[in-house]
Amino acid sequence: MTRFVLHRIGFYVLVAVLLAFFAVPLLWLASAPFTSDPTYQVRMPDFTADNFRALFDNPYALGSLWNSVLLAAGTAVLVVAFATLAAYALSRVRLPGRDALLYTLLLLSSIITGTAAMVPLFQLAVELQLIDSQLGLILILTGGLLPAAIFMMKDFMDSTPKSYEESARVFGATPLQIVRHVVVPLVRPGLATIGVWAVANVWGNFLMPYLLLSDVEKQPGAVIMYTLYTEGGQANLQLLATFGLLYSVPVVLMYLFVSKKYGFRFHGGIKR
Amino acid sequence: MAQATLPPEVLDDAKARRYNADAAGLGRLRAGAFVAPALVLISLFLVFPALWVLYLSLSNYRLTGAAAAAPQSVGFDNFVKALTDPEFWSSTWLTFEFVLGSAVIGQVVLGFLIAWIMRDRTGPIKRIVEGLVILAWILPSAVVSFLWVALLDRDGGTLNTLLHAQDFAPLLDHPMLSIIVFNIWRGAAFSMMLYGAALGNVPPSHLESARLAGASGWQQLRDVVFPHIRGHVLTNLLLISLWTFNDFTPFLLTAGGPDGKTEVLSVHVYQVALQGGELGYGAAVSTVILLINLVVAVFYLRLLRSKK
Repeated sequence: MTRFVLHRIGFYVLVAVLLAFFAVPLLWLASAPFTSDPTYQVRMPDFTADNFRALFDNPYALGSLWNSVLLAAGTAVLVVAFATLAAYALSRVRLPGRDALLYTLLLLSSIITGTAAMVPLFQLAVELQLIDSQLGLILILTGGLLPAAIFMMKDFMDSTPKSYEESARVFGATPLQIVRHVVVPLVRPGLATIGVWAVANVWGNFLMPYLLLSDVEKQPGAVIMYTLYTEGGQANLQLLATFGLLYSVPVVLMYLFVSKKYGFRFHGGIKR
Repeated sequence: MAQATLPPEVLDDAKARRYNADAAGLGRLRAGAFVAPALVLISLFLVFPALWVLYLSLSNYRLTGAAAAAPQSVGFDNFVKALTDPEFWSSTWLTFEFVLGSAVIGQVVLGFLIAWIMRDRTGPIKRIVEGLVILAWILPSAVVSFLWVALLDRDGGTLNTLLHAQDFAPLLDHPMLSIIVFNIWRGAAFSMMLYGAALGNVPPSHLESARLAGASGWQQLRDVVFPHIRGHVLTNLLLISLWTFNDFTPFLLTAGGPDGKTEVLSVHVYQVALQGGELGYGAAVSTVILLINLVVAVFYLRLLRSKK
């Protein structure tokens, strides 16, 4: 009996410690945006809207969130489109060297990280005049995400039945029509998974936009957040708190949406 | 499309088989065209940079100055320079500490611990704990870095308030420990979820019989649970080591300082190549990173294959 009680007490102490460890760093993000004159100290919020007003007056804050949306959406669209086409072809047609190609792609995508490739990517961007180009950054990010996306997408393609495509073909549909009207609706969950995965990757990415975009008006939220707290001596906590919150909300919503709709799917390498 | 209008049974055997595999009648040429856009982007922005980094590492390329206009091949000088440079070795050692402390020990132990104590629970406690752990993992790195800057701040940071301490500045006094604890907090979710899934696969009857035979909690863990999840442990170790090794987030917390005490290899490359302008030397360090990644990734893919 005492053993059982000790066990219970031990469990609750452990849970309390874990909760404290994981919650304390987050408290500031929950309280400071709604507190007047926020400091580093966590205080009971008085639910003021001043901080948000200050944020909306800042010339770069909202623009940077829009830039994040552009980068994330642009990359996700390209990744989904190109990965779908490639995965479909690789799934249905025995191209020579297909398996070796897939294996190499997977290997490359896990070893060539932003850290390892920052020097050549920076130089490549300079040579191709892609510095300060959002489209250039989108293409670079797409190239980095595609191998894993093709790999995940091919799993979805392999598990769809081929009989629909056959009947569509019997009725004279062209291959592109078949992909658009038959295959895409069948693999919609796969498209959604990869789109969300790409958005999550780009939304949080700091290194690539930090290297390749120097124009403040084009920088996404990650870079603006960093410059808000490192440049200009005293960090403006009013802006940081509200901006951090606004910048975080979309990923949290997306996570909740995905885990509700699809349950949690375990894809190794979902984060890089 | 004349052939396509024929009903399938009219076709001879060999044709039928091809027809079956390539149900939309794509053919190799169009299949190639479907793969091409992806391959172009991957070659340009993934494969080419990897090859270019090898070439650069053998040159004296600089961001500015004479060597920027006319770079020359310097053979393996950059590698010799790296291998004899105490800063390179100190960065390597710091990276080792960072990966070992935060990923291999910290995230694995904490992630497993949470998965283990929550294994047959349902209800609000489990949801709240797991929710917080996952929240730490999904928030953007720029945001969580600042949250930790605020937490650890010298005057008025939450940690100092909680400890009733004055002038305790962890980021200055214990920078390495700070980024290790930060990264444990940041990444424990992945290990927690992976072990949670793995523990669900341990047959309850095995645990039951071990308990009836009088095995202690630790013995159950060692003799029943561990043999079942060994594959997951290895997968987990390889993936989080690879990610932590390539993680640039420490830069957001400490920018490598103070005095280079947190300049892990990822930050080191940034400092020497893009701040210091020594692209050739930076590329040599990048090559070392690539090679280490290659070893870990090959090991991981072998493991995946042998499982299939």
